[in-house]
Amino acid sequence: MLLEISAFLVLEKLILVAIILGISLFIAMYSTYAERKLAAFIQDRRGPNRAGIFGILQPLADGGKLFFKEEIIPEYANKFLFILGPAIFMITACMTSAVIPWGSTLHIFGKDISLQVADVNIGILYIFGVVSLGVYGIMVGGWASNNKYSLLGTIRAASQIISYELAMGLSLIALLMITGSLSLKDIVEQQSHGVWYIVYQPIGFLIFLVCAFAECNRTPFDLAECDSELVMGFHTEYSSMKLGFYLFAEYINMFISSAVMVTLYFGGYNFPGMHSLHVSPNTLTILGVIAFFVKIFIFLFFFIWVRWTVPRFRYDQLMKLGWKMLIPLAILNLLITGALMLYLHH
Amino acid sequence: MPSPSYPTLWPFLIYGILVLLLAGGMLFISHFLGERHQEKETDEVYEAGIEATGTARLLFPVHFYLIAMFFVIFDLEAVFIISWAIAIRDVGWGGYLAVVIFVAILVAVLIYEWRIGALNFGPQGKKILRAYRHKIKGVNHNEVVDKQNN
Repeated sequence: MLLEISAFLVLEKLILVAIILGISLFIAMYSTYAERKLAAFIQDRRGPNRAGIFGILQPLADGGKLFFKEEIIPEYANKFLFILGPAIFMITACMTSAVIPWGSTLHIFGKDISLQVADVNIGILYIFGVVSLGVYGIMVGGWASNNKYSLLGTIRAASQIISYELAMGLSLIALLMITGSLSLKDIVEQQSHGVWYIVYQPIGFLIFLVCAFAECNRTPFDLAECDSELVMGFHTEYSSMKLGFYLFAEYINMFISSAVMVTLYFGGYNFPGMHSLHVSPNTLTILGVIAFFVKIFIFLFFFIWVRWTVPRFRYDQLMKLGWKMLIPLAILNLLITGALMLYLHH
Repeated sequence: MPSPSYPTLWPFLIYGILVLLLAGGMLFISHFLGERHQEKETDEVYEAGIEATGTARLLFPVHFYLIAMFFVIFDLEAVFIISWAIAIRDVGWGGYLAVVIFVAILVAVLIYEWRIGALNFGPQGKKILRAYRHKIKGVNHNEVVDKQNN
């Protein structure tokens, strides 16, 4: 395997990784802007409008501000873990996008360039694995702060995330029966000539969507940092860029979970009528990438819209929804899908 | 000799190194750019302005520990079911039957947890209300309110 690596391939991957990371960070930054503008629109305010035209430079100002803030590490905190926590959270959030197919292949300089960093045959399991590592970022950081609010926020966040991860995994199994593959590239390619999997798995998708909200700690499931009870939850003690990491990684997680939902249920980079277009393959690929991002933006808009519309759950309601409704529903969905699959194929 | 279906894993290495550099670099830069000052209360724990007492390494409800245990059990079973889901076309109805038994055990565990109340967080509003109604049955309603006010 190692012999296959040529300098060109490494360079190609390096550029691709840099672009993907850049885009992830850029979109995460501008999601904060979109969030504030949309919130302002919903609440009949103006939102940020001072930095640049329409406040378009606001995210840069916010990021710059975080760099210049004082780093405060509380007296009795465990210093190493206090720094490690946000770093883990940020790294895992960024690492998830490695297996997402952003587009089909491009043909440049007589070479096929895949717009996916690594096409592994366990793509979905990789995402699940890395996402669950993110819980350590919260737990380590919250515990190391030596603050009572942080500790409460931490244990809430941890048990919320693992509870909803279960329902998420179970809802996904029904989809895996149809695809017969764990590779995200295969799943997208299968949807290119048929219908999108949302048609076969509407209930599975709904469960997945609810769980994605809970995994990203978004309202109505932001019990981990509900300001009215726990100051700021697990990152109460954080300041400077370490706080920035926690806030930023949350938006990256939102972006990535939108991308995963689009990939699994909404055809990824496929768009209706793509086979009847008479354009060169490269143009088609670029159009596909644009379609992919348009779908992601619709999901991001939905995330934001829900946040400013739906009030927060109570903690026992949250756990009840996860364990007593979503998990039984996911198991039922799994068994019915399996039976239907076998019935229709024989 | 690499087989064609063998996944290429080295791009993860590149990705990981770049992400590490990014995260490390950002922390490093902010460490040097940030201001510093030291006053009496600077390093104090923030508890909404009230002086903090005691440690924050508190005991927390055993419920959270239980949830973590359930997660391990259920997640392991989910992994087993995934391996069946991939091969569903090959194993057919026989495999389906086996998985139904497997899932039935899972559901039995879930029902058991449900019945012992391990999935209940916080007080049960309806239960309290029912007990309260039971208590005040036969008593004049106003009397109860008066009693509470005194």
